[in-house]
Amino acid sequence: MTTLPTTTQKKLGLVIDLDTCVGCHACVISCKGWNTENYGAPLSDLDAYGGEPEGTFLNRVHTFEVTRDTAPPMVVHFPKSCLHCDNAPCVTVCPTGASYKRQEDGIVLVNESACIGCGLCAWACPYGAREMDGAEKVMKKCTLCVDRIYNENLPEIDREPACVRTCPAGARHFGDFADPDSNVSKLTRERGGFDLMPEQGTAPVNKYLPPRGRDTLDMPDLASMCDPAPENAKGFLGWLDRALERL
Amino acid sequence: MHPAPSLILFTVLSGIGFGLLVWLGLGLSAPVGLAAFILFGLGYGLAGAGLIAAAFHLGHPERALKAFTQWRSSWLSREAVLATATMAVMAPHAASSAFAATPLPLFGWLGAALALVTIFATAMIYTQIKAVPRWHHWSTPPVFVLAALAGGAMLAAQTTLAHFLMLALAAAMVAHWIAGDKRFAQSGSTTGTATGLASLGRVRLLEPPHSGRNYLLREMVHVVGRKHAHKLRLIALGFGAIFPALLLMLPASYGTIALALIVHLTGMTAQRWLFFAEAEHVVGLYYGKR
Amino acid sequence: MTQPKLNLSPQVSDEVRKTTCYMCACRCGINVHMKGGKVAYIEGNRDHPVNKGVLCAKGSAGIMQHLSPARLRAPLKRVGPRGSGEFQEISWDEALQIATDWLKPLRATAPEKLAFFTGRDQSQSFTGWWAQAFGTPNWAAHGGFCSVNMAAAGIYTMGGSFWEFGQPDWDRTKLFLIFGVAEDHDSNPIKMGLGKLKARGARVIGVNPIRSGYNAVADDWVGITPGTDGLFILSLVHELLKAGKIDLGYLIRYTNAPYLVNAHDGPEKGLFLRGEDGKPLVRDRRTGQAVAWDKPGISPDLGNGVEIGGLTHLPVFRHLADRYLSDDYAPEAVAERCGIPAPRIRAIAAEIARVAFDEEITIDQPWTDFRGVTHDRMVGRPVAMHAMRGVSAHSNGFQTCRALHMLQILIGSIETPGGFRFKPPYPKPPEAHPRPHAGYAPGQPLDGPHLGYPLGPEHLLIDDDGQPKRIDKAFSWDAPMSPHGMMHMVISNAHAGDPYQIDTLFLYMANMAWNSSMNTSQVMEMLTDQNPDGSYKIPRIIYSDAYSSEMVAFADLILPDTTYLERHDCISLLDRPICEAEALADSIRWPVVQPDRDVRPFQSVLLDLGARLGLPGMIKEDGTAKFKDYADYITNHERRPGVGPLAGFRGNGTGQGRGAPNPDQINRYIENGGFWIDHIPEEAQFYKPWNAAYQDWAVARGLYDSPQPYLFNLYSEPMRKFQLAAEGHGHRQPPEHLRARLIQTMDPLPLWYPTFTDADTDPADYPLHALTQRPMAHYHSWGSQNAWLRQIHGHTPLYVSGDLWTEHKFAEGDWATLTSPHGKITLQVVRMDALNPRTVWTWNAVAKRRGAWALSEQAPEATKSALLNHLIHELLPPKGDGLRWANSDPVTGQAAWYDLRVRIEKAPEGQSLSYPAHPAQASPVPKAPQDITHQVKA
Ligand SMILES: Nc1nc2c(c(=O)[nH]1)N[C@H]1C(S)=C(S)[C@@H](COP(=O)(O)OP(=O)(O)OC[C@H]3O[C@@H](n4cnc5c(=O)[nH]c(N)nc54)[C@H](O)[C@@H]3O)O[C@H]1N2
Ligand SMILES: Nc1nc2c(c(=O)[nH]1)N[C@H]1C(S)=C(S)[C@@H](COP(=O)(O)OP(=O)(O)OC[C@H]3O[C@@H](n4cnc5c(=O)[nH]c(N)nc54)[C@H](O)[C@@H]3O)O[C@H]1N2
Ligand code: SF4
Ligand code: SF4
Ligand code: SF4
Ligand code: SF4
Ligand code: SF4
Ligand SMILES: [Mo]
Repeated sequence: MTTLPTTTQKKLGLVIDLDTCVGCHACVISCKGWNTENYGAPLSDLDAYGGEPEGTFLNRVHTFEVTRDTAPPMVVHFPKSCLHCDNAPCVTVCPTGASYKRQEDGIVLVNESACIGCGLCAWACPYGAREMDGAEKVMKKCTLCVDRIYNENLPEIDREPACVRTCPAGARHFGDFADPDSNVSKLTRERGGFDLMPEQGTAPVNKYLPPRGRDTLDMPDLASMCDPAPENAKGFLGWLDRALERL
Repeated sequence: MHPAPSLILFTVLSGIGFGLLVWLGLGLSAPVGLAAFILFGLGYGLAGAGLIAAAFHLGHPERALKAFTQWRSSWLSREAVLATATMAVMAPHAASSAFAATPLPLFGWLGAALALVTIFATAMIYTQIKAVPRWHHWSTPPVFVLAALAGGAMLAAQTTLAHFLMLALAAAMVAHWIAGDKRFAQSGSTTGTATGLASLGRVRLLEPPHSGRNYLLREMVHVVGRKHAHKLRLIALGFGAIFPALLLMLPASYGTIALALIVHLTGMTAQRWLFFAEAEHVVGLYYGKR
Repeated sequence: MTQPKLNLSPQVSDEVRKTTCYMCACRCGINVHMKGGKVAYIEGNRDHPVNKGVLCAKGSAGIMQHLSPARLRAPLKRVGPRGSGEFQEISWDEALQIATDWLKPLRATAPEKLAFFTGRDQSQSFTGWWAQAFGTPNWAAHGGFCSVNMAAAGIYTMGGSFWEFGQPDWDRTKLFLIFGVAEDHDSNPIKMGLGKLKARGARVIGVNPIRSGYNAVADDWVGITPGTDGLFILSLVHELLKAGKIDLGYLIRYTNAPYLVNAHDGPEKGLFLRGEDGKPLVRDRRTGQAVAWDKPGISPDLGNGVEIGGLTHLPVFRHLADRYLSDDYAPEAVAERCGIPAPRIRAIAAEIARVAFDEEITIDQPWTDFRGVTHDRMVGRPVAMHAMRGVSAHSNGFQTCRALHMLQILIGSIETPGGFRFKPPYPKPPEAHPRPHAGYAPGQPLDGPHLGYPLGPEHLLIDDDGQPKRIDKAFSWDAPMSPHGMMHMVISNAHAGDPYQIDTLFLYMANMAWNSSMNTSQVMEMLTDQNPDGSYKIPRIIYSDAYSSEMVAFADLILPDTTYLERHDCISLLDRPICEAEALADSIRWPVVQPDRDVRPFQSVLLDLGARLGLPGMIKEDGTAKFKDYADYITNHERRPGVGPLAGFRGNGTGQGRGAPNPDQINRYIENGGFWIDHIPEEAQFYKPWNAAYQDWAVARGLYDSPQPYLFNLYSEPMRKFQLAAEGHGHRQPPEHLRARLIQTMDPLPLWYPTFTDADTDPADYPLHALTQRPMAHYHSWGSQNAWLRQIHGHTPLYVSGDLWTEHKFAEGDWATLTSPHGKITLQVVRMDALNPRTVWTWNAVAKRRGAWALSEQAPEATKSALLNHLIHELLPPKGDGLRWANSDPVTGQAAWYDLRVRIEKAPEGQSLSYPAHPAQASPVPKAPQDITHQVKA
């Protein structure tokens, strides 16, 4: 099903808060754990204990440094998984129909039993969100935990992606962007959520929240805050006496 | 991009094979009997070998038939369909030329048209990838098409035609390189847009997500030294087009054609190696590789 | 074309077993999803007090830890030379017989010749109890090399410190300062807390030479020069005092600020003036008289003293103000040293003052204090702080931690809403802790608990000649207040026979031949060093590990442990429990799977060994074992009547804290999700040290036997006692060479002095500071055996500041050599601008010795990594006086990991391997599989 649906009923996706992400990789490993055991083939690890281990991960956390002219440098942790693009080039290039975008919720998936492992979809994705599994030789990608979010075998509260459930800092949010009142729509509006590489024309569903202003602390001197300023030790005793008097 | 031998072989061989079939189909050279058997055999053989090489690139070649289903949207699927269609449509013409000494021009022309479109489709597999700015440009298909046609013409012993096509190919290559070198910048993608942090300052990768390697790095991040690339470009241009063009000015003989062919294939291998190796994928921005 | 039909509700598991994570010591609750009796998936337990459902990378990767190819398989007897890693697998009977044969004669003749030290396990109350029964004074856990400065400074100052002792009031705080933390034990709670602050838009200030992790999300980053936090903090104090932005009411009510300090020369100088009944005196502002501090209706003075015998005795606060108001602490005076511009110090002080006093918060909750006064609401100063090893792992760490607590106390934020809150069983002042003991005799148990809080020289563990009684020299003049022992000194002291020879070194869960020793290369030599007759300098080494670690290769006998999913454990209130500021809580681990190897839970093995040795408390009258296994001990052992390892479901199942042993207790924990929690009543939630309701509740729960209200020690009298001794008072006198240092560093008021390394190092030789940080996705050396985690941090690049990068003309891919007075390491460099300009750092404990952990010899952990430990030494460079000067905090003995100074040089072209590269140890476990595609799918 390689053509893209013109619209989807829901637009499920993630909001990732770059202001809050501490770069702990919890989401990386919970994703690895869930998806190794669930959807499709396990995520393999080649040369797992050797010199060049290479495993499949559907979510990885990069770290960037931002240097600024007048303020100290910043470090930004940057988790990245499939953005479930509305205009997903990875889907349209797929020769087999293994890649598709679900009509009901917009999740972009790979039907592993139809995948020939040509790798073209991974080339087409600007974000590096698809990885060919080294052992199974089929294309792997974030499923938005499609096997959790509707799963009736899970308590309702757990019907959210594994990475969202696990994120200790609460830097990941899951919801429906088609609903303007959803948590993700609100966060995106309020915090200036943005698209990655908009120039690629992929219309990603996932949004990123920018880090808030850093190193802005700029306060008046304390001296202006005290009444009256106990400048020296002597003055301090006087002040102390008056202050104790007031207690 | 990783210059996978299977893909280099695929594009070079199937290109020249289909290129030959274009000329054979058009009847520019209309061999019959043994000559037809050999030439059509060569065309089919090269095209087929290329396709088989491509299959080596697949994780699951046993499911290859599924690749014929998505021709409505996928250039790779289209390529598969067109390649097969070309071979099928051309078959009566080929068989009839070889065994009945009677070309069937209708099948030939149709086959030639399909072969041409197949070559174009192959080029489009790469051209469509916006995430690889160097490829995503009008100058990509001409390189593929001209290479196929020039090589094919040479095999078909259409020396004059081949000579001019080689010159055109040389021009296409140069255009592709000149345009290609600017493409990444033109794409507008930077570490700043990739992370959305551009407005905050200068953005630089501090730590990759994993210290271990991964598929993306292996497949999409390949760095070629500038000097190395320059040398290879000269080889590609010289061997791929200019020398063959010059050789083709000599009196035609099996010897010169064979020599030109070898030189051309060498050059085209270099060109294709560079085509992949020099193509930077925007995902490199997430890995500090740009 | 239609979309494929998906099964949107696949079966997740057959059964969920709830237990406690042990991929690190944070002790989160986990749901272990089982399929066909196998572990399929691990996630956080939403009901659990610690993690409330979230789980870190390590926790989620527990399945790979559980399946690690490095797991030991059977007891091992060394057959090759020490360090070679050559072993023979033996039966448990043989192993226990060997251990018994070694230990029994020791106990009968010289129990002190057993040194039993344990790492970051969570059964310290149990192992300590065992060692006490054995009778050796030489027991401690890893706290001495970890963060005893923080713990001890907290207890001595205010009855508790950060992490397991207490936490910021995450839900209310408006300004949060975090000093020197990369990860900490409260891994998930800190991240959850930061998430809450971020969601509310509260300000976070990170003080750290390195801006990564928590400091990366901090709104403001203070890239301080290592070792100078004390100075920075005291400068903040200076500013706050100058501006009068301190909570005087709080200081009067809850601290010893008004106590009068004796000014008479002599043995009492600097101690508190006390009345006849021994009660400290304060000056009553109304009468000008010195009266007992707790006399009702008085108005204690903070500024003026009382004249007695011609001398004015000033209150603590006056001493404090006089000291910190000095220009020495002015921002301008400290800015350069700390690497922080003066205006920034001012701005931070001003922000603390603004939030503490202008954004005061109140909770309408009446409460009654220990004086019987009822307050109609709880007033909070919403400034919270947290700090860890960045401040504590320095030789000035104890005083720095004291300074930090003083800062919190001065603004009145401890135990108030929005500030910092203790977790029960804390607060607990030093007086409420035991004193240390080292009274040993052949065949006898020790005369009391090993560790405790000395209140003066009389509590030191030294003999009449002043010689240390403990092998690690804890509680000696080297480190008088070392309540966690000094594990990092054990091997080097045992090797040197200083203060005496030992026979058997018994280690548990500590990779002492590698990442937890300073000076790793030489420690490996000490462990293998032989006497002229060929015997080892340290005659016997018994070790319990669960994995094929570096340390395994250096032991003579290995007692292989289970993994954390295969055993009972008890995260006890007697130990390091999982309490929250609002609740008392403890938890268990239980075997959610059975081991498939010939391994046994170490605690059960220790009980078995104890019974074989006939240790008191471990055998019945007929001499047979009293406890079947550790689970039996957890259920039935009582420390005091009605108080045992687990506080929940006691007696008939309803007992909270106190009650008779309940045979069904462990099952009740399992049914309850692996933990027990009991919420503190609302009126007892804040002001715990002084809150009558809290004190009564704590007594009811068995935390104390009687209410223990107390005041915070801005001024530490016990420290002054040690200082007095160093000044020549009293009969217990320090050795001459330590006098001056003790006088300086045992100051009863917080102070800053340069770290010993900084003071002794010529900046021309070693201009840079070198640090390590814990990666969030690895736990010390355990992470690298984990197929998932090792892909994240598989090697240790050396991060160098932008300044150094330019100065040394580094280019990507270059390698550099770091040199300290003790050694060299070579690593690949990476540029990092968000770093203190004179600092380099790398990841802690990722580097591995070849052959260990079932990794291939080509593993990047061995080929592209090195421990900073090779550059650090447990001793300072010799001073030419022939003495061994410890590289530790002089008060607590805390290992000064972060005092390290180095120089950097570009490595020659062509470098492609890290240095040092120790030869491979043989692996006692089979070769690891090549690829893994693990799926349990039913
Ligand atoms: N350079 C530098 N060095 C440091 C530090 C630093 O900051 N910088 N930090 C220091 C600090 S604070 C600490 S606490 C130490 C930590 O250092 P160690 O205490 O040595 O910690 P680990 O490396 O985790 O080693 C613990 C051992 O326990 C074993 N183990 C794991 N699970 C189990 C189990 O279930 N049962 C048993 N029996 N064994 C098990 C592991 O295999 C490993 O061999 O490192 C110190 N070293
Ligand atoms: N993931 C994970 N969690 C762990 C552990 C682990 O190995 N992995 N280990 C556990 C153990 S045993 C411990 S002790 C804790 C330790 O927890 P932390 O104290 O958070 O751990 P460290 O990695 O020692 O971090 C010390 C921090 O202090 C900074 N620092 C160094 N010197 C100075 C200084 O002079 N001033 C200031 N302000 N900062 C300084 C360093 O840059 C670093 O960020 O973590 C525990 N939690
Ligand atoms: S992020 Fe990549 S893989 Fe995901 S939908 Fe967009 S293009 Fe496709
Ligand atoms: S790798 Fe699989 S999913 Fe991707 S394009 Fe090829 S067939 Fe489609
Ligand atoms: S949504 Fe699920 S599959 Fe996607 S990154 Fe998160 S855990 Fe992985
Ligand atoms: S779990 Fe959350 S905080 Fe940790 S790396 Fe992922 S998004 Fe960031
Ligand atoms: S912080 Fe992580 S590793 Fe530590 S106990 Fe919690 S989940 Fe386990
Ligand atoms: Mo530690």
